[in-house]
Amino acid sequence: MNLYPFVMEILQVLILLAIGPAFVGWVRVLKCWAQGRSSAGLFQPYRDLRKLFSKDVVLAENASWIFRFMPYLVFGTAVLAGGIIPILSTDLPLAATADVIVLVSLFAIARFFTALAGMDIGTAFGGMGASREMTVASLAEPAMLMAIFTMSLASRSTSLSYMAQLVMSGQSVLRPSIVFALLAFILITLAETGRIPVDNPATHLELTMIHEAMILEYSGRHLALIEWASMMKLFLFTALGIAVFAPWGIASSADLLAVAAALFFMLLKLGAAGIVLVLIETGLAKMRLFRLTEFLGSAFLLATLGMLSYFILE
Amino acid sequence: MNPGPVDLASLSVIILLCAPLLVSLLSRSQRLLIYSGFALTAAASLLAVFAGAWTVWSGETQKLIMLIGLPDLPFHLRLDPLAGFFLVVIGLLSFFVSVYSIGYVKGFLGKRSVTSLAIFYCLFLAGMYMVVLSDDALIFLISWEVMAAASYFLVMFEDERIENRRAAFLYMVVAHVGAIAILLSFGVLAGLATGFGSFSGYTFDAMRSAHFPVEWATVAFLLSFFGFAAKAGVIPLHVWLPEAHPVAPSNVSALMSGVMLKTAIYGIIRVTFDLIRVFPWWWGAIVLVFGLVSAVMGVLYALMQHDLKRLLAYHSVENIGIILIGIGLAMIFTAFKLPLLAALALTAGIYHTLNHAMFKGLLFMGAGAVLHATHERNMEEMGGLIHLMPWTAALFLIGCISISALPPFNGFVSEWLTFQAFLLSPSLPSPLLKLLIPMGAALLALTGALAAACFVKAFGVTFLGHWRGHHRPNVREADWPMRMGMIMAAAACLLLGILPTLAIGWMDAVPQQLIGASIGTSAGAFGWMWLTPVAYQRASYSGPIVFFGILGIVIAAYLLLHVRPGAIHRVPIWDCGFEKIDQRMQYNATSFAMPIRRIFGFLFNVKERVRTSQQTVHKAFPKKLYYSLHVRDRFWGWLYKPVIRASFWGSRKVGRLQQGRIQAYLIYSFVTIIVLLVFLR
Repeated sequence: MNLYPFVMEILQVLILLAIGPAFVGWVRVLKCWAQGRSSAGLFQPYRDLRKLFSKDVVLAENASWIFRFMPYLVFGTAVLAGGIIPILSTDLPLAATADVIVLVSLFAIARFFTALAGMDIGTAFGGMGASREMTVASLAEPAMLMAIFTMSLASRSTSLSYMAQLVMSGQSVLRPSIVFALLAFILITLAETGRIPVDNPATHLELTMIHEAMILEYSGRHLALIEWASMMKLFLFTALGIAVFAPWGIASSADLLAVAAALFFMLLKLGAAGIVLVLIETGLAKMRLFRLTEFLGSAFLLATLGMLSYFILE
Repeated sequence: MNPGPVDLASLSVIILLCAPLLVSLLSRSQRLLIYSGFALTAAASLLAVFAGAWTVWSGETQKLIMLIGLPDLPFHLRLDPLAGFFLVVIGLLSFFVSVYSIGYVKGFLGKRSVTSLAIFYCLFLAGMYMVVLSDDALIFLISWEVMAAASYFLVMFEDERIENRRAAFLYMVVAHVGAIAILLSFGVLAGLATGFGSFSGYTFDAMRSAHFPVEWATVAFLLSFFGFAAKAGVIPLHVWLPEAHPVAPSNVSALMSGVMLKTAIYGIIRVTFDLIRVFPWWWGAIVLVFGLVSAVMGVLYALMQHDLKRLLAYHSVENIGIILIGIGLAMIFTAFKLPLLAALALTAGIYHTLNHAMFKGLLFMGAGAVLHATHERNMEEMGGLIHLMPWTAALFLIGCISISALPPFNGFVSEWLTFQAFLLSPSLPSPLLKLLIPMGAALLALTGALAAACFVKAFGVTFLGHWRGHHRPNVREADWPMRMGMIMAAAACLLLGILPTLAIGWMDAVPQQLIGASIGTSAGAFGWMWLTPVAYQRASYSGPIVFFGILGIVIAAYLLLHVRPGAIHRVPIWDCGFEKIDQRMQYNATSFAMPIRRIFGFLFNVKERVRTSQQTVHKAFPKKLYYSLHVRDRFWGWLYKPVIRASFWGSRKVGRLQQGRIQAYLIYSFVTIIVLLVFLR
């Protein structure tokens, strides 16, 4: 029996767990440089996680099992998603578990439980975060689907590995539809991973929080799991974007050299993605909640334009 | 002769028709009545499930002609895979609800007699089974009316309240306007099948073998679609649904919402795919557009509700929309001679039919358990019930996840199949459709995401946080029969979610019968674990791996983190150090939906008023603040108000004929006779 795909599967999950925090560290370092501050280094997220894991849990009196279950579930869906997205190799045993639509729904179930946990304690913050998160998500989801739809028109598939393989096989040139879909995807990624201008991951100010508001009451290992999962989520969305739009370098054969090259290209692309993210985040200000309609509306419009241009131009 | 499925199904109907006799005999001892009555309906439902499952499994069609009814017009019964499938849908949920009812109906003991509830419950079930079994227009309409009348009396059960009477009346009016349309549609079809001179065209067999000119077929289709849409609650004919479902007893609302609406779906499929068979693509487009509008508007209206059962009722509108999307796509694909794609879309539609019956039944049963315990339907007064009703909360949560189309539960699978059908629309030959149909997929994605938002709200406000009301009732967990009904429905939701390949393989006979193609072999090509609707390169989903994968990682993470004993300290709420928090500061249903209300506010008729109390020291520090919000259905004002006004106006005009004097009435009779003699000699 061929062990190679299983080895790659395990390797991918390990990379996800290990490099997820480093990617966030990289973005923070870049941000500090861009804003003229001195940074805490690439490894600060690991130290944060270790600190949180070693602390006791402080739990509100009326927290139900949903509150305690949520961190594990969010972590679980993120790890499972890491086994499905082709990060290093397109030849994965779990790749057929889910296509892009299922993958988006996996993130949706994590969000569903996060929002419920936000409402569990019964504070105004939690409810506020839950309400805002679900509103943003419901506007982002149609745009996300349109972007995926545009990409799947060319490959006639929603299976990620297959889409990546087809792009890599070289028949794809830079088409207008891809550019539109990519722009839409970037906007949606900002919304889904809670970055500026939609949400601010660094803030704990009452009026601007979305994601942080839902997890205010968490502490100790629960908080560590949530933080880790949200770092992985940023990594996963970037990897998803890479797999769909720029998969060159991902190994498609069982070859040690190919895997090493895949690792190298992945780091390179992640580094570049971090730079793009930081440029966006330093260039923009956080938006008012009700301006988000326009923001996500334009994402939807871009994706729709991409699809129209596929039918009209290509 | 060995008894076949159709004999079993008719036995089940006979049991249900005889049960009212037994029930009325037992009306002296109500407790015994509940046990025996609902045990009988549960048994009859199981028989129906068995008969239906057997038929779909074997793919055979059985007929039965009953020599009762009008002279020369015998009743025809027929059990084919389509009927069998719907028999399973109806029977399965009726079984769960019958078990649940044993517990739920006991809540009325000592308050009012439940004899009428039990009698009409049996007749209601019998009516639904007969609708599905009937094979001629006559018995179809009779069963349709039995179903409508029985459900009318069930909605009227607590008739001392004016809202129940109003809701039941509205329901009756809409149901009958719809029934007239269906009657006319069958009239057109029967007349065209054998000519208007003979009666023999009333059987479905005669309609099947006839060829209809397209314009008359269109008339028949539009009439029947109107009639069935009125029953299914398709927007804009949905107004009766959010009125009637909340006021009915919860076990009845579970059945009305879960399966009675499905008889209308059955009717649409039967008339288009089986009786008319050949149709232009734009019929499908009509169904698709109405489906999309119902889906999006249904969920948006649901988000604005704070009555738990009303919210669920609007979600039925949404889900009927999703089912119609599948059916509409199947019709478009059929019209363009793409049978495989049509089979995929139809499978998505009927799979969602089955799924919706399960999770909506579960949710209404859960809402009934909450109502039973708290005597409260208004979510703004609830909260924190997860601590008092742990079973109901967990089961209701399963329903919420399923209806929000989240993996690994069942609602996700059918919506995913619908998405796949959408993604295949570029194979259509028409460029216009290629461009427009994908927009529908975006609307479906919007629907799914909004449904998730709505059920975070429904579950979060009802079960999480603190109790929001002023008076805290003595809440007790639902009893075992109620729990069992919900547990079985929840198990069905999970199984249909993680084993979709088996379910699709089983229901394969339905698209095979109607379209002549099926997706069972390609969907299950890689074994029961993998669902590959078209081809594995195209898309694949593995429910078991998603479910057990997440479960495995969760357990592993939990165990790893509990190697080292870490203490959990239970403390008062932190809330950023804000100490004066109380339960009135929590987000409630209205505030949760506020951002969405603001974004999509143009679709509603929103009246929002804020008033501060007069007695204050300073304008900036009012002592009290009054807030009132009314969100109304726009369709009521647009469509129904004018009709109501016109009918009142018409009645007033006609009412002038009533003089109250005998001379005038004699003149009317005289004139009528003269006119008849002159014109109808």
